Amino acid sequence: MGTTQSGIHRGRLAPAEYETNFSDLHPRLDDHEALVAADRCYFCYDAPCMTACPTSIDIPMFIRQISTGNPIGSAKTIFDQNILGGMCARVCPTETLCEQACVRNTAEHRPVEIGRLQRYATDVAMTENKHFYERAARTGKAVAVVGAGPAGLACAHRLAMNGHDVVIFEAREKAGGLNEYGIATYKAVDDFAQAEVDYVLSIGGIEVKNGLKLGRDFTLADLTANFDAVFLGMGLAGVNALGAEGENLPGVVDAVDFIAELRQATDKATIPVGRRVVVIGGGMTAIDAAVQAKLLGAEEVTICYRRGKEHMNASEFEQDLAASKGVMIRHWLQPKRVIARDGHVAGIEVEYTEMRDGKLTGTGETGVLAADQIFKAIGQTFETGGLGSLAMAGNRIAIDAEGRTSIANVWAGGDCVKSGEDLTVTSVAQGRDAADSINRMLAAGAQPAVAVA
Amino acid sequence: MADLRNTFVGIKSPNPFWLASAPPTDKAYNVERAFKAGWGGVVWKTLGEEGPPVVNVNGPRYGAIWGADRRLLGLNNIELITDRDLYTNLREMKQVKMNWPDRALIASIMVPCEEESWKAILPLVEETGADGIELNFGCPHGMSERGMGAAVGQVPEYIEMVVRWCKQYTRMPVITKLTPNITDIRKPARAAKAGGTDAVSLINTINSIVSVDLDNFAPNPTVGGKGTHGGYCGPAVKPIALNMVAEIARDPETRGLPISGIGGITTWRDAAEFLALGAGNVQVCTAAMTYGFKIVQEMITGLSSWMDAKGHRSLDDIIARAVPNVTDWQYLNLNYIAKAHIDQDACIKCGRCHIACEDTSHQAITQFVDGVRHFEVMEDECVGCNLCVNVCPVENCITMVGLEPGVLDQRTGKPVDPNYANWTTHPNNPMARQAAE
Repeated sequence: MGTTQSGIHRGRLAPAEYETNFSDLHPRLDDHEALVAADRCYFCYDAPCMTACPTSIDIPMFIRQISTGNPIGSAKTIFDQNILGGMCARVCPTETLCEQACVRNTAEHRPVEIGRLQRYATDVAMTENKHFYERAARTGKAVAVVGAGPAGLACAHRLAMNGHDVVIFEAREKAGGLNEYGIATYKAVDDFAQAEVDYVLSIGGIEVKNGLKLGRDFTLADLTANFDAVFLGMGLAGVNALGAEGENLPGVVDAVDFIAELRQATDKATIPVGRRVVVIGGGMTAIDAAVQAKLLGAEEVTICYRRGKEHMNASEFEQDLAASKGVMIRHWLQPKRVIARDGHVAGIEVEYTEMRDGKLTGTGETGVLAADQIFKAIGQTFETGGLGSLAMAGNRIAIDAEGRTSIANVWAGGDCVKSGEDLTVTSVAQGRDAADSINRMLAAGAQPAVAVA
Repeated sequence: MADLRNTFVGIKSPNPFWLASAPPTDKAYNVERAFKAGWGGVVWKTLGEEGPPVVNVNGPRYGAIWGADRRLLGLNNIELITDRDLYTNLREMKQVKMNWPDRALIASIMVPCEEESWKAILPLVEETGADGIELNFGCPHGMSERGMGAAVGQVPEYIEMVVRWCKQYTRMPVITKLTPNITDIRKPARAAKAGGTDAVSLINTINSIVSVDLDNFAPNPTVGGKGTHGGYCGPAVKPIALNMVAEIARDPETRGLPISGIGGITTWRDAAEFLALGAGNVQVCTAAMTYGFKIVQEMITGLSSWMDAKGHRSLDDIIARAVPNVTDWQYLNLNYIAKAHIDQDACIKCGRCHIACEDTSHQAITQFVDGVRHFEVMEDECVGCNLCVNVCPVENCITMVGLEPGVLDQRTGKPVDPNYANWTTHPNNPMARQAAE
């Protein structure tokens, strides 16, 4: 088959090439590498890396524990703050969080490899099946969690620890949320997302009900009527439209669906990809789709982003990764019209853009990029349904600093709330903190908690 | 180019770097390689009495401690003197000395503390053409259990006695190697001098247990489940060695006695420090055992470059230059006042200076200034202790700045007194010697 046959096809590569292309992006450090990397940490006081971490992991401490031959203790330091520390070690944009804050940057422009050290410690503990938390005596209180993604899992784990009974309602077939469906394959190999879900759930007291979707199968009112508290941790189910003519043609695909399908495929050769692929968007999803299209054997992959490089949501590291895989990133181009031939995508007409009077405007100059597959990655939307009178902020759920919503005994966190970050690690922090808030409320004897009017 | 040629108790070598008596100098093969690499001299690994040689353990002989990135900082050993036949050693020594006439070759000797034993071995050594002998009164393990090595070095009367025998029975210069496993290093040095020694060399290794195997609960190195104390050496012992060298250099009773400095010398800078504190040359072992013989080339070029940069033409320009500046605490100038200063451009904001000062010292370094992470010395609290300088990971980021006389010390609220004043005359000292009225 090869990379040069036009159209959308599966099996472009030899089996060994798929194997190589979708292997671990950054394999785990071995013991020696971890010691060398850990030795570089200065054990800063009130460390900037720790402040930069949304879950406030005690980074100097966990690295020191690695350097003293105590990876298990190190893992506990991490999990104390972030029970999904294993996945965060793989997917966090560390270059804009902890590693950006590392003081080593000041003198050497090379931070301590915090992300990889975190993966080392958490992998050691999870491989050895070390569990650090036990449930407190059962309180008899029941909490419903909607969504088994990072926010929901972190919340459920902390609630279960405190002795509450938790039921997670998950719309999809598997738990994990974006960790399972939304992360590039090479960032979480060996079914890590499910291994992590199992690790988190092993504390007990958490029941996951799959295939139940809020708004379709039940409502928020059903939950508030039957549970002592509710945590809403849904993701973003909707996808923004291009607003360009022809976007419903076969061959125009949602990037999130492509990424999910690829993650679920045991044999990557079964996933078809175009010869010439255009990805519209500038975030992590655009990068993940573009890179993986290339890895599946697309000859030519171009990302079109309607603003400049400095505006891209994808981190510098991700952009470099895409470039290293042969993805072309073009800026200041917006989609205008999908061009069809024989009822199928043949290209996309794009228009140059510029900032005019502080407003993004098309210049009128257009051009055509040949394409037989187009991925839409221009953002996702929160689909409200079954939430009743719950107050919103923008298009997402309004919460206060503790994660409380406008409805008594209902908390929310993760992508369904307005935080502006849409990061796994932020979702974990919100889920965890909401659990602490719920626990305080339950412990205080069911004082109704309403914060947002 | 600085002249690095060295003459120590009449023994000439092209540079002041000798290999100490130790495993690297146990046989001709190693010593030849060392000379090829550029070492100025060697002290051959200690010879014992004629007869069946000593035996070594057949398990591990070394233990270590490490710094970051497993850099070896301290080494400990339980190896004994040479376990090769005396005549094999003597034959090889003679050959090597013939091959390398410009290099120093010293024989280290350890035989029982009996006159006949010393009288017997000295002519054999002299016959090799060796430039001198070093008396091993320092080996702290194994041999000391048999009344030799440190067992002699810890009794000044024995030192004096053996040195006297050696001076009586050989024309070769005698260097007496001292053990640091003693409370006052001046005592054995004085004894060696009284016996007529030409020089002392120090330090030998320090009694040590380098670590414990926590699986087997036994000291490392563990030999069949048991361990014993060894002799500690390497960079970690340098400060102890420097002090002992200085003590002998400034002791009125031993002043001027040539000293061969030993103890953790790893770089040219270490060597220069020993020379400055009164050593006439230096001996090295652990650095060679860690990095190989080539390390001497860094020492030679480094010492030479530094001497050129500073205008020192020969070793005589630097030897003992720091000795007059070593004094007793009671003579330090209490009117000298320094404050730490943090170079904000070099600061990486790790906060270690702050927490060291805050938790363990004088609460004299800020963490925030105007709500921003910012580390700055508060001069009204700073006592000038230098801890922050030592914990800072960036060299020269924090420096100590002496206050000029007359400048206000914000901590005491008084101007800096231009006059020298020490503890001996301080009003708080009950023993203060008052100036005559």
